[in-house]
Amino acid sequence: MPDALLLHMKVNGEDVEVAAPPHFTLLEVLRYKLDLIGSKQGCDKGDCGACTVQLDGTARLSCLTLAAQADGRKVRTVEGMTAAHLHPLQDCMDKQVAAQCGFCTPGILMAAEAYLTKQARAVSRDEVAEAMAGNLCRCTGYVKIVDAIVEASEIMAAKEQG
Amino acid sequence: MSEFLSPKDLPAALAARAAHPDYIPVAGGTDYMVASKDRLPPPGIINLFGLGALTGVTDLDGGGVRIGACTTYATLLGDARIANTFPLLRDACREVGASQIQARGTLGGNIATSSPVGDSLPPLLALDAVICVASSAGERRVAYEDFLVGYRKIDLAADELIVAIELPAPHVGAMQHWRKVGTRRAQSISKVMMAAVAHLDDGRIADIRIALGAVADRTVRARATEDALRGSAPSEEAAKRAREALRGEITPIDDLRSTAEYRLGVAENLVRRFVLSL
Repeated sequence: MPDALLLHMKVNGEDVEVAAPPHFTLLEVLRYKLDLIGSKQGCDKGDCGACTVQLDGTARLSCLTLAAQADGRKVRTVEGMTAAHLHPLQDCMDKQVAAQCGFCTPGILMAAEAYLTKQARAVSRDEVAEAMAGNLCRCTGYVKIVDAIVEASEIMAAKEQG
Repeated sequence: MSEFLSPKDLPAALAARAAHPDYIPVAGGTDYMVASKDRLPPPGIINLFGLGALTGVTDLDGGGVRIGACTTYATLLGDARIANTFPLLRDACREVGASQIQARGTLGGNIATSSPVGDSLPPLLALDAVICVASSAGERRVAYEDFLVGYRKIDLAADELIVAIELPAPHVGAMQHWRKVGTRRAQSISKVMMAAVAHLDDGRIADIRIALGAVADRTVRARATEDALRGSAPSEEAAKRAREALRGEITPIDDLRSTAEYRLGVAENLVRRFVLSL
């Protein structure tokens, strides 16, 4: 067994200290060491986007990120999304019935939130399609997911201005 | 894996590389991590991601740029100099994976993996890139075409790291063209890619550089095709000569993504379309 590394991260706002073998991915640390199983292990090779989390606010594939490369960084997973109320993205995904089996949903939410936060404005369907091209969904055909993200962008932009 | 090294500066990274030639240098890890899932962990990793000396775009005298090896596609996509002077590279970066891969993958990493289907590689070849390589003994510069020595093989010694990519300013008025053909724009692995740069003089093709991906054991310049076009007006007839020359110099294969016949036909069509667009 290789020596474990002691890693320090801020996960969903909380300081976390966790020991993990040096070859562990960020996804493996989240799921198997921290019991945060919202982020999904789909293809585990960077094709599907189900493992998307935010590293310092940017959408990243946690299955292709060594946990050691996240040492000292801020990690946000879908578990960090809901405070007192649902996030507008969650609300819109629910309203539009944009989740069927739900396996891709945590990754979709993380990628969409990072994108909309960066844009800070209402976005178009085409923009969403390009920004979300790395998140595969085998159920919905994407129409409702795109609808939900566009709607959420309008709500988030209105809140910013309000 | 017994050790994870995260050197704080370039001398420390080069010292680590010299001390541990069996450790794997990793930048964004978007290639390495995929391959690592089917293998035993290596004895160690040298983490280069985010190393300041290897990151970012700087101006060169004469209008070119120097791109740090660990600069991500996302950074290149946000750089006005790349968009204005090297739109070919910008267009290719936009089609690497999708936003998550672009935020993590690096130009130097793509060069180090040197897959025949690396999306950023044909643009570098067509833009006459120079690869800057360093070891504790010093830095050397190699033309990118000479740096590619075989299937997934590059001219890099066990104590060296790729530190930067230099792109000379293209000829004034040169046209740049990128086309990736795959099953889907995002995420899919390419079937054929073409990067081309050309400029006309008095209605004739004064110079042309065509680089192709996924049609040989490495990214290649289509030199016979270029020769067939240089000095000609960009006509159907010139395009026909180019197609014939191309048939003689590329060697695509059948694999799970496509067939040799399809790749050859598409490569011919891409060259033809570029010539007729001039």
